[in-house]
Amino acid sequence: MWASSTANALRISCASKAHLSPAFSLSRCFSSVLDGLKYASSHEWVKHEGPVATIGITDHAQDHLGEVVFVELPEPGGSVSQGGSFGAVESVKATSDVNSPISGEIVEVNSKLAESPGLINKSPYEDGWMIKLKPSNPSELESLMGSKEYTKFCEEEDAAH
Amino acid sequence: MGSPGKIGVPVMNLVRLKGVPILQQLHLEERLLRTSSHNWCIINDATNQPTIVMGVSGKPAELLEIESVLCDQIPVVRRFTGGGTVLVDPGTIFVTFICNKDAVAGVQPHPQPIMYWSGALYNKVFQGVGDFHLRENDYVFGDRKFGGNAPSITKNRWIHHTSFLWDYEVRNMAYLKLPARVPEYRLARGHLEFICRMKDYLSRSVFIDRTIEAAKTHFSVRSTDLEAIETTANTKFCPSTKLLTMQELETVAKFASQSKVSLSQSFSL
Repeated sequence: MWASSTANALRISCASKAHLSPAFSLSRCFSSVLDGLKYASSHEWVKHEGPVATIGITDHAQDHLGEVVFVELPEPGGSVSQGGSFGAVESVKATSDVNSPISGEIVEVNSKLAESPGLINKSPYEDGWMIKLKPSNPSELESLMGSKEYTKFCEEEDAAH
Repeated sequence: MGSPGKIGVPVMNLVRLKGVPILQQLHLEERLLRTSSHNWCIINDATNQPTIVMGVSGKPAELLEIESVLCDQIPVVRRFTGGGTVLVDPGTIFVTFICNKDAVAGVQPHPQPIMYWSGALYNKVFQGVGDFHLRENDYVFGDRKFGGNAPSITKNRWIHHTSFLWDYEVRNMAYLKLPARVPEYRLARGHLEFICRMKDYLSRSVFIDRTIEAAKTHFSVRSTDLEAIETTANTKFCPSTKLLTMQELETVAKFASQSKVSLSQSFSL
């Protein structure tokens, strides 16, 4: 908890797709927030590129969860509403719903997570992506937080407890 | 169930059950977590028959001595929360807290804070009784586990449910394999060297009474009964917790048996 508060106080914000070291290594003690993504208050991120939006959970979220051991994902072809749950993540400490920041049709899921759920810890913004959507209402992105806002949100959430 | 409690203190609806089947309890919990907006404490003093309960990602072939389970017709449930496999029976006491994310001051809706909060609550329950600790995700006396936990977090709520080994049958441990993933403090101990009985420390009624008293330090506790909940139930909700069918278990056993045959053939070549 202390490390998490310190990490949030010394917030790192990365503009580039920086490679992130594994979650459990001693050298890794800060949660990162990437510019260019949008963030939900339930700690999911979304990257909108053309007709497709990619979704995953944030570094802050995976850090709190601990080592991920199982990921439950939907089948492609289904749809999800903004704020609705599309799957779950099981870690050694708990299970947690994963909620979609935007509405849309699921066009792809990350099949690598079945064999390698730890990708969510090692690479939450890249190899640990969870689903890809065709957004049904792109204006929903405007209701989400940018990197600075999400950083502040995490700091306030940690400070309030 | 929804009227306000003392000023600033959230209401916790207490449901006391006795001998309710674990599948029914889990269905109730899943429904309350997903469809209710109230806080709940469910205490089930024993379940009616020995039942194996796996976590959400549990694989019977890896976790169970499947032939024995089939032979003795032990029911197997896959619950909606994560974590390990337990064999529950009339010697098990269940305590579950279901809370809105802001219900407990100072507790973030994340695994660690929820575990620490529960550890502090049970510290009050077991004050002066044994050498109680929260150890990784378990409740222990010394270094022996008597309580296992499984928190689960949704967007706006969380559940923390615990099964306490007030007593257990030694022979029932034979249905469970040693899991691949174990807490560090377990070291290399088998089931019987790793667990202990709460009955050696506290009676059932004192434990339950003390737990309710400890809950009252955080909530305004109001008793309600199962009938009251069932009449207002959301009948459309379909729980994911399920009882595995005999066919599913037989398929696992058949596949396990075929794998053994293939393996022994490979060695004999």
